[in-house]
Amino acid sequence: MANEMPQEISRRTAILSGAATIGSIAASGPALALNNSQAKALVERVVSDINGVISSGKSLSGMISDFERIFRRYADVNIIARSTLGADARGLSSEQMRAYTDAFRSYIARKYGKRFREFVGGRVEVKTVSQVKSWHEVSTTVYLKGEAPFEVRFLVSDRSGQNLFFDMLIEGISLRLTERTEIGAMLDRNLGNVDKLIRDLRMAG
Amino acid sequence: MFNLPADLRFPRRALAALTLALVAGCTTPDSPLPPGQVFDPYEAGNRKTHAFNRKLDKALLKPASEGYAGAIPVDIRTAIGRFAENLSMPQAIVNGVLQGNMKGATEDTYRFLVNTTVGLGGFFDPATEMGMPSGTGTDFGETLDVWGVPQGAYLELPVLGPSTERAATGRIVDLFTDPLGYALPRPERYYSTGVSVLDGIGKRGRYAETINSILYESADSYAASRSVYLQNRGFRLGRGTEEDYVDPYDMQFSDP
Repeated sequence: MANEMPQEISRRTAILSGAATIGSIAASGPALALNNSQAKALVERVVSDINGVISSGKSLSGMISDFERIFRRYADVNIIARSTLGADARGLSSEQMRAYTDAFRSYIARKYGKRFREFVGGRVEVKTVSQVKSWHEVSTTVYLKGEAPFEVRFLVSDRSGQNLFFDMLIEGISLRLTERTEIGAMLDRNLGNVDKLIRDLRMAG
Repeated sequence: MFNLPADLRFPRRALAALTLALVAGCTTPDSPLPPGQVFDPYEAGNRKTHAFNRKLDKALLKPASEGYAGAIPVDIRTAIGRFAENLSMPQAIVNGVLQGNMKGATEDTYRFLVNTTVGLGGFFDPATEMGMPSGTGTDFGETLDVWGVPQGAYLELPVLGPSTERAATGRIVDLFTDPLGYALPRPERYYSTGVSVLDGIGKRGRYAETINSILYESADSYAASRSVYLQNRGFRLGRGTEEDYVDPYDMQFSDP
């Protein structure tokens, strides 16, 4: 543990300064070891916001921007975006990384926000929480009309310096890993050119 | 146990041999793959099948599911879906027993009995309304997993779509070990096949947004469907993130 500290602190500082530029809102105070109930409390806020969007009766574009707000506020978009690039993240300049992260956030909001239509009339309930490896998993159940309930799991960590979720698994399908595949394919299509990838990403979703 | 007509005995015996051959043939990687890496040695062939499946979906399945959704009211589509699920229960019960999952097999049995009787042959779902646990939906692919057979290589099957060597073997075995296939006289057996085809079309419609987004909106629909299938299959087999999910905060990135 002790020998991991310096690296950890530098990473936190880097991510925090990145988050400050983008204007992320701190979801909690100083990061003293996250516990199960804090992780659950975070997801309860996410779920209550999601239930609010579902029952708001807003237009599609309204739902998408609401979803982007939820994602911006409660998810560690920096680590999700960065990890979808894999090893390619190393070659990016800080401007490129910022542009990529912004494009990625809006892309995710469009792609998943438009699916909120299917949730109208349904509800999400927070069920259980458990610690797995270095993170906490909060399991929720989604109830949709005329369908068997299904599980959505949030992976919460404080390793960014704040309590944020860094992945969402729908029936075991990880948003982060699925987008890793998708971004990888987009990058291949652009022969590894990150600027072209960013341009594509702005149109996708 | 029970007396089978002579014409049914042969395929069963041949099947046992086939299963053994297939299971023994489940390919394994020469060295363990890094987490997140897919074992797909047949990728070139799989991609051809994928291109075929995509064309088939576009020409047939997608329009059929849209027509089905347009022509048949939602309540009837739901009832057909339930009926098809109920028909698959005896199969799940057999596999539950083979897996030594007596709790699951018992729950499936009660669900089947309640829905077949009170639920009028399975068109209604009183079991869920009574708060009974949802069905295990298990199959012989899962039984093989419980028995320690490796997953094998990723496979995309014509018409049926994403699979693995182990899951595909399971599907073949399930075709022959379904108790209903033996319990039902001939015309009814064909009706049950018809119902599962209708249910397949219904499912294509119910998950239309997800399926369309994977098949027609992703940068590489083959890689996307492979990834989604394998993640979901792992989940159904009870694998959590403990096994090979890597904490993204542990990945080595240089700071910008």
